[in-house]
This record gives sequence, structure tokens and C-alpha cells, in this order.
Amino acid sequence: MAGESTAGTGTADRLSLPPRAIGGSRAGRGDRVYTAVLLSSVSLVLLLAAGLVVALVRESWDAIRTFGFRFLVTSHWDPVAGEFGALPFVYGTLLSSLLALLIAVPLSLGAAIFLAELAPSWIRPPIAFLIEMLAAVPSVVYGLWGIFVLVPWLRDWVQPALGRTLGFLPLFQGPPYGIGMLAAGIILSIMIMPFITSVSREVLLAVPGSQREAARGLGATRWETTRIAVLRYGRSGLIGAFLLGLGRALGETMAVTMVIGNRPEIAASLFAPGYTMASVLANEFTEATSDLYVSALVEIGLLLLLVTVVVNGFAKLLVWSVGGPVRGTRE
Amino acid sequence: MKRWHVLAWMLVIAVAWLPLPAGAQMLINGAGATFPYPIYSKWFEAYIQVDPEVRFNYQSIGSGGGIRQISERTVDFGASDGPMTDDQLKKAPGELFHIPTVLGAVVATYNLPGNPQLSFTGDVLADIFLGKITKWNDARIKALNPSTSLPDQPIVVVHRSDGSGTTYIWVDYLCKISPEWEQNVGRGTSVKWPVGLGGKGNEGVAGQVKNAPGSLGYVELAYAITNKLPAAKVRNQAGKFIEPTIESTTAAAAGAASSMPADFRVSLTNAAGAEAYPIASFTWLLVYKDQTNEAKGQNLVKFLWWAIHDGQKHPAALLYAPLPAPVVKEIEAKIKQITFSGRPLLAAH
Repeated sequence: MAGESTAGTGTADRLSLPPRAIGGSRAGRGDRVYTAVLLSSVSLVLLLAAGLVVALVRESWDAIRTFGFRFLVTSHWDPVAGEFGALPFVYGTLLSSLLALLIAVPLSLGAAIFLAELAPSWIRPPIAFLIEMLAAVPSVVYGLWGIFVLVPWLRDWVQPALGRTLGFLPLFQGPPYGIGMLAAGIILSIMIMPFITSVSREVLLAVPGSQREAARGLGATRWETTRIAVLRYGRSGLIGAFLLGLGRALGETMAVTMVIGNRPEIAASLFAPGYTMASVLANEFTEATSDLYVSALVEIGLLLLLVTVVVNGFAKLLVWSVGGPVRGTRE
Repeated sequence: MKRWHVLAWMLVIAVAWLPLPAGAQMLINGAGATFPYPIYSKWFEAYIQVDPEVRFNYQSIGSGGGIRQISERTVDFGASDGPMTDDQLKKAPGELFHIPTVLGAVVATYNLPGNPQLSFTGDVLADIFLGKITKWNDARIKALNPSTSLPDQPIVVVHRSDGSGTTYIWVDYLCKISPEWEQNVGRGTSVKWPVGLGGKGNEGVAGQVKNAPGSLGYVELAYAITNKLPAAKVRNQAGKFIEPTIESTTAAAAGAASSMPADFRVSLTNAAGAEAYPIASFTWLLVYKDQTNEAKGQNLVKFLWWAIHDGQKHPAALLYAPLPAPVVKEIEAKIKQITFSGRPLLAAH
């Protein structure tokens, strides 16, 4: 981290200097080439992003023109009749991701605090390694595990129990299929937990020891030290970690498709099947034959991109508003 | 520096060893349906024995993709599980032929205690998928299965969530039987399901059916056989309850042979014939009537000819149903009509 940042400032300084000052015309030319190469890679990335948006808009123009704003607010998805409304997919994507975040954040934060603050040092590397291993499991494997282990467990135990105890809430009503929004949220939470945990842990480890010592010096308990000196200090970095997880949850396709039930309806109950934007793309794109149908699916892709951009923009704002971009992650 | 030299030499040697693309070899490109992919790849491999000069490159990207690619002429042949619509045919830059290659069937599979052999009629299946019959011990199911004890349990309907030819065949059958289904749902590779949960792929549907007691779904016949799933008998047009098998699937095409339209864009669901299983369908290759490359066209028609004759011994092992003899005769005539600048490509046969 430290090395990178000095290299960064070095480049900036050097660019602002006249070429002579850093050793002859050869070095000057070298620098110009260097700058040109870097500039072109940056512009390539920007061009790719712009090209992506242009291509998506062009391919979905048919649907945008036909349905207009109606596409966003109606929930009819009928390929046979050529009626397309994306609301259930947007809803499903946001709800499943939110649910995943609600489950994953406390657990991940707990694990990260344990690993960074409490665990004896010999136990830290193996546990951290195991958690990071979870991130390497392919999502289709999570999906299979979901179908064969999680779903039957939810159907036979968790959902009947929830229905009995909290059944007065609309969230927990309806027949327990196992498959549905709840299963999708849980699968997603397991998938994003390793990301949130390891980034949070890095953030906590980056909090200077003097912070803890100061809190201890004032007579704070362990929990108080963590809460006041560590978590608060690293909050912008931690929020960044949560949003990294959220970003992954929004775009996750395979595992969700396998357990969410793929029903384009908006239901109040978490037991009911739902659908996400990424899932409908994966499901229907290959066999979509009519032009309008393909166009509507591409518009879903565009919408997914927009939702991701908006959520990320919101995230940046949040990180920025709670205290500067570097404060929590500085070493 | 030395390491670079070694690497460079290794690269040179590796490239030198690559088999040179033989000038005489011809590559024919195709794309489309995933359902017949296993039999097509078997054919392409077996065809090397017939003509070692011809190689096939088939991408199983789905019927929709196959129709799009052949319509844009980016491939030499397309493949589809559902016939192209009139509209799609009109948009294509040339006249497209549908060449039936093999048959597939779709079966109703379920999860009940002991997995008894059930029988259904089309209208009962339609009403279950419409959400009008919701319990296993419904009087209409009982009437069809008098000797089976059916539980007082809700029916959990499971359907494909991904667009698929399997779905097309299934809903095409329901459309023919139930006016209400045709009116409210219709036919397509994806439809707006009135009830039920969606599973991705045959394995997704089968997985949900296997796991959830009281569920009813549909999968390809081949998938049901290899995974030993219970498969319901369905009453055909002649009023007989037919078990889904390779033979009863072929019988569906034989039953329809006499009334086959000239372009083979026919649905075989609810076909005539005493032994015909009613939820069956062709899968097609899509080729242009007028080929733009003489040598390629020639090899393509030779392959098609081989596929509907010698090639028909391969499907059964892979659990596809072969074409019945009368239909093969009709396809022969079609293949003979394929031309290059007005001249038929298939010489003497």
C-alpha cells in the first residue's frame, strides 16, 4: 500500500516537471511514451464502458420505444403476447440483495472483528484462509448446495417454524416451498460473506494501534475499544466493504436462478418465489426468438447496469459523507 | 535474456508441430438448439468415417440463436426445436427449409409416496398447469387413476424457467387440448405461467420435483429415462393411455406422416395413431434452399442425406426417437430440392 502510494505521487510530480529536469531528452521521450501508454489504457477502459452503454441502448431501442416508461412500472412479463414489464425483476434483484446484506453484514463484521481484534494470532491465518476459500467456490456449486441442502431444510424446518411464530407478519406467510426469495437471500449472503469479511478485516487491521491504546488508556473495555476506537475510525472502509458485497449480490446469477423459483411476481412474503434481472437474462436470452423479446431482455441488462451504477454512486456518496475517502483505509 | 531465447524457440517448435489446416478440408458451421446437441455431435463425429474431408462446427446456443444466425447467414445451417414463424421466414434473405432430424418427447414427472404409475389426460394436465386443479386427490385425477391412493396434498407445479424447446412442446400440447390455455397462455419457448415454480434446465425441474413431495413437472423423455424418473402415461387422440418411450415417440411422427405439410413445419403433439405418444416433436435443421457456396452446399446435402438414412441408427442409443420410414421418404424429396444457382446439389440417388 505504502509503496503504491509513493509511486503514484512520484508519477504526478514527474509529469509536472519539464523533461530536462529529470535527465536529458531520452528520459523525456520515455516519459511521453509512458504517459501515452497509460493514457491510452485509461481511455480504452472509458471507451469500453461507453461502448457498452451505447450497444445496450441501441439493442434495446425497440423495447424502449414500444414500452417507454411503462417497462419500469408494470409487472406483466408475457413473451407469447409480447408484453414486457420489468418491475418484478428490479424488485427481486433489490430485495434479494438487501436480504443478503442484512444477513451477511452482522455475521461478517463479527468474524472480521474476531479475526482482527480477539483471535489468538496462531488461529488467524487458517481461519482467514478458510473464509477466503469460500469466495473461490463457483456459484453453480452454491446453487446445487442450495437445491439439495438449503431448500429442503428451509421447507421442512425453518419456514414452518417461522410461519408458526412470526406468521402474523405478511413477510412469513404462504405455503413453504423452500424455494423462493428467502432461499435466494440466504444463498447470496453466504456468497458475499467472504468478501465482506476479508475486506473488513483488512480495514480493521489498518486502524493504527495508537487508537486502541488511547481507548484502553481511558479505561475502555474491549468492546468499547472496538466500538469507539476501531469501528468508528474505519467506518468508511467498512461501508466500502459492505457495498462491495452488495455489488456482487446484485449481479449474481447462477446460484440465485437455481433457488429463487423464477416467478416474475411481486409478493410480500419471503416464502414466495421471485425473479431477478440477472436470472431472467440467463434464463430466457438463448431461446428468445422475436425481436421485441430480445430487445426487452437487453433493456433488462441496461436496467441492471443502471441499478448497479446508481447503487455504487450512492455508496461512494455514503463513504464520502461519513469521512473522506482514505481515512479508514490509510495504513 | 537466455530464458527469452529458450521460450522463443519453444514457441517456434510448438507452432511447427501444430497440424496444418489441410487445404482440402471443409468446415461447415452450424448453430442452434441445445436439445439435439448430443445426437448432432455424435453424427458429426461418425460422419468423419464417411467423409474425412468435412468437419462440422456446431454451437449449441439455443433455438432462438440458431434462427437468428441462419437468418443473418452467419452460419451454414441452423437448428431449432420449434418451427420458425411465417414472419421469421419472411425476414430471412432466402427460402429456408426445415429438415426434421430426430424426435424428442416430453414427459410429466412427479413426486408422490411410492411413485405409482399415473395416467393423465391432456385436459387434466392443462387444468393443473392453469391452477384449476390444485390437489392430488381431485376427483378428476382420481377418476383416471382409480387403483392408486392419492394424498390430500397440494400439487406443486414445476416448470422450466429457461426458454426451451421442451417448454414449447409441452405448452403446444396444452394449447391443442385446452382452449383456455391457448387463450390465456399460448405457446412459446417461455410463457407466462399461471402457477408454479421455475427450475433451470431439465436438471433444475427434476431437482425440484425430486426434492418436493407432491410436485409435478415436465422434462425431456431422455432425461427422465436416464435418471429413472417416474413418467405418466398420457391419453392420445385415439383414446389410449400411452407410456412415453422411444417407440411411441416415433409412432407419433408415423401417425402424422400422411398429413405432413410440405415444409415439415408441423407440430406432432396430440398426433393421430393408436400407439402415438401425444407430447412429441421433431427437431429441425434449417438450411437455405439456394446455397451460396457450391462445394459447401454439396457437402451439406450429402450430410443431410446421410443423417436421415445411415445416421438414424444413432439416435436410439442416445434416447432420441428415429424418424419413421414414410417421413424419411418425404424428407428425401425435400433434400433433392436444395440447389446451387438453380441446379440441384444432390446428384444421383
